[in-house]
Amino acid sequence: MSGEWWWTYVVIAVAGWLATDIWRWMGVLTGNRLDEDSEALQWVRAVATALVMAVTAKLVVFPTGTLAGSPLWLRIGAAAIGFLAFLLAGQRVGVAVVTSTLLLGFGLYWLGV
Amino acid sequence: MRGITSLPALILMTSFVGFSAFAFEAGITRSEAIFMTISIWALPAKMILVGMMASGAHVAACFLAVTLSSIRMMPMVASIVPEMRNEKTPTWLLLVLSHFVAITAWVFAIQRLKDVPRQYRTTFFAGFGITLTLTNTLIVAVCYGLVEAFPPVVSGALFMLTPVYFLASIWATARHLVVKLAFIIGVVAGPLMALVAPDFDVLYAGIGGGTVAYLVERFVIRPRKAAQSGVANER
Repeated sequence: MSGEWWWTYVVIAVAGWLATDIWRWMGVLTGNRLDEDSEALQWVRAVATALVMAVTAKLVVFPTGTLAGSPLWLRIGAAAIGFLAFLLAGQRVGVAVVTSTLLLGFGLYWLGV
Repeated sequence: MRGITSLPALILMTSFVGFSAFAFEAGITRSEAIFMTISIWALPAKMILVGMMASGAHVAACFLAVTLSSIRMMPMVASIVPEMRNEKTPTWLLLVLSHFVAITAWVFAIQRLKDVPRQYRTTFFAGFGITLTLTNTLIVAVCYGLVEAFPPVVSGALFMLTPVYFLASIWATARHLVVKLAFIIGVVAGPLMALVAPDFDVLYAGIGGGTVAYLVERFVIRPRKAAQSGVANER
């Protein structure tokens, strides 16, 4: 059965689509009961933010692909200096993105990665 | 639909060019990659599924790995729903729209929804979310199989765009102190937990870190602020 062409689509639909949308639907059902100024929503906001930031920090600390072989100090340094520049520039997101990307690009080039 | 040419949307598009290359290398066909993009949408879940499928894992194991990595969707969706709906919004509409929530659309929603009149918020989100998903599906369709044309220095630097964008934009849109606390705890706890408990790291960092941030704000910072303003009022 697993040799049929449509089997892969079944795997994607069950192990991908259903596996992700279950949580989105549960989010709607939970969020529908939360009041915009409630304490519970404050907690949900905190959990959502901490989750997203944990995923984000892991992208920098444990990258896959091309960056996997680059030094940790370069990645953290580029991200940290970019964030600092963003704070100094009145929280302009573009400043962070351009600074970090250029620093990392120059760093990789200089190290010959 | 000006949102679609904004910085975050453009950054996400470069990530999907990367996904196309990854899917091609892992032996996923073009139409399978397209189906994945439209049906799963969240990029980390797709990367995990492709990795699992490439290793020949059983469908149940694939389901488990993807679903554990996607639990974060629940608080993400729950935190924007109260802002998005009004009294008349039907639940089925929110269930349909929730499919288009992933990190980029979530950041976009917490940034912009507050400036949109409440009765137009679902339409506004639908316009952005659906366009973003379809655009990236098109990108996967077109870019699939194109050889990685970028030299490693460029692709490495491009990879950095996504995390740095999230760092800056989530901090810039944090309207509550508790969100900033959760941000800092999440950034530190994510990589630390990956060393201690690699399978459930994001969950521990998120649920544990978010709860700590909430408790600190609620029981340490808020009473102190209240006490200070109380003293100020007496003078």
